[in-house]
Amino acid sequence: MPAIAVRDLSKTYRVYRKKEGLLASLSGLLRRQHDEVRAVRGVSFDIEQGEMVAFLGPNGAGKTTTLKLLSGLIYPTGGTATVLGFTPWKRENAYRRRFSLIMGQKNQLWWDLPAQESFRLHKEIYRIGDEDFRNRLDELTGLLEVRKLVGRPVRELSLGERMRMELIAALLHSPEVLYLDEPTIGLDVVSQRKVQEFLRYYQRERRITVLLTSHYMKDVEALCRRAVIIDGGRVRHDGPLADIIDRFSTTKVIDIQFGGTAPSDLARYGTVLESTPPRVRIEVPRQQIPEVLAALLAKHTVEDISVEDRPLEEVITELFTTPDEEPDGEARETAVTVAEAR
Amino acid sequence: MLAALRTNWFILRTGIEERLVYRGDFAFATLVRFLPIVTQIFLWGAIYGSASRKTLNGYTYAEMVSYYLLAMVARAFSSMPGLASGIARDVRDGTVKKYLTQPVDMLGFLFWHRIAHKLVYYAVAIGPFAFVFWLLRDYLPGWPDATTLAAFVISLVFAFLIGFLMESLIGLVAFWFLEVSSLLFIYMMINFFLSGHMIPLDWLPEPLSLWCRYLPFSYLAYFPSAVLLGKFAGADLARELAIEALWVVVLLIANQIAFARGVRRYGAFGG
Repeated sequence: MPAIAVRDLSKTYRVYRKKEGLLASLSGLLRRQHDEVRAVRGVSFDIEQGEMVAFLGPNGAGKTTTLKLLSGLIYPTGGTATVLGFTPWKRENAYRRRFSLIMGQKNQLWWDLPAQESFRLHKEIYRIGDEDFRNRLDELTGLLEVRKLVGRPVRELSLGERMRMELIAALLHSPEVLYLDEPTIGLDVVSQRKVQEFLRYYQRERRITVLLTSHYMKDVEALCRRAVIIDGGRVRHDGPLADIIDRFSTTKVIDIQFGGTAPSDLARYGTVLESTPPRVRIEVPRQQIPEVLAALLAKHTVEDISVEDRPLEEVITELFTTPDEEPDGEARETAVTVAEAR
Repeated sequence: MLAALRTNWFILRTGIEERLVYRGDFAFATLVRFLPIVTQIFLWGAIYGSASRKTLNGYTYAEMVSYYLLAMVARAFSSMPGLASGIARDVRDGTVKKYLTQPVDMLGFLFWHRIAHKLVYYAVAIGPFAFVFWLLRDYLPGWPDATTLAAFVISLVFAFLIGFLMESLIGLVAFWFLEVSSLLFIYMMINFFLSGHMIPLDWLPEPLSLWCRYLPFSYLAYFPSAVLLGKFAGADLARELAIEALWVVVLLIANQIAFARGVRRYGAFGG
């Protein structure tokens, strides 16, 4: 049985539509118009126990909404989800003791107290045994290199240190499922890497199930093998991270080092991305790679040549900026206006 | 059961530690809060001084001072600074997620947290309170009998419970309106009149005074003070305490319903 099973999950929010201007604000006092925003539309996927899956998509794609549904914060409009055999939005304590949610910079630590006080309270809330608590705290503070900081008030910690404390608080009860929403947002490169390394190590050691959203492709590439791409509330791709490039990237990049001067008519082979003669990088449609390579080698003196995939980040960005071409042809913006007299 | 008690004990402990962080500011705020009590006593002095009678609506000046001081003691139990606005803030900024994803009951958590605040407050306020009582010792009646004293203590505990539950209920309205400051302001105004904070409730004309007695507000200031002054005894006292207990139950149920509905509503609109 998969740890997380999601079937046709959908969530429609009603949001108050405020028109521009004072007059509109005044009329809004009497008669409010609501838009229905279909944040998640029939999402299905399975995640096996011990998998670490990236959940990707542009802003407003429905990633956070899905995480909120899975952590039981909100109720779905339709569909089902089971996590570890529980229905998340029933919010049973038995379920809540077995998962953790980390949302960006949302704080679960007591701001004015040292983190160790929050940890001790977590020990009681989650009913963690004395020995387990000591061992886990020791392990986590060691791995995240914050052992010396647990006695310092949280408000005096840097963002990176605080995020690591948040991670400890979220992991003390040894959750089997972990939802991470932008865990490295706003962190500097060093803290970002520390958090990444920690997550990779911890996930492998404990074989916990992790669903991660991040805008940093570096997080995703470092941590996940599988990605679920969601856009406009629907799943657009579900499979190995590596397949994203194969599936969505229609071009490759040829990197050539010419012997002597670089020819001037390279634009006929493809788009010149970078030209620092004698080295040139050209973007070429995939299916034309063999003929372009053959032509280049036949006509010019080439010292070195390589064909590369485009960086994942670029492919994903491009993917998110091109419109969704789903077979059912439904427009992405399907806001239904409901006028409601108050 | 035992584990839940232990959790609550830790919420209480952590709350006390948190409260002690800003002890300077807290001690100052506590002392400043005594100023209005002193000025109010002078005000009553002026009112009685200019009156042609020694008794106003059945209260002598000494009785008035006693009533007012005891009403202030009751308010030290029933007032909940920052509770409703804190809940509203948590709903608005999403901190409420913490209570929904952790195996903890939000109202229970806030309840024990509030007790922690109160305990620290009493530890600081007992000095100034004792001083004011000592200054005004000549105006106060003698020690009451054991039953009255016990009833007074019970009424203070109930005052705390009713005060907590009414304010948390207002805070929970934030699930619908997000901002509750105007509502809270109205509540404070009504509270000032109907709790007996401004004047004893038996000063109000009939039938207003009778209606007020059956509203939960009267238990926040008037009732504990009236109990210690011996205005209720025997069956009267028992009946009043029973009504008070009933209010606690009603408000508790109202809170549970508001929380359950509010969370559903929060879920429908996202956060």
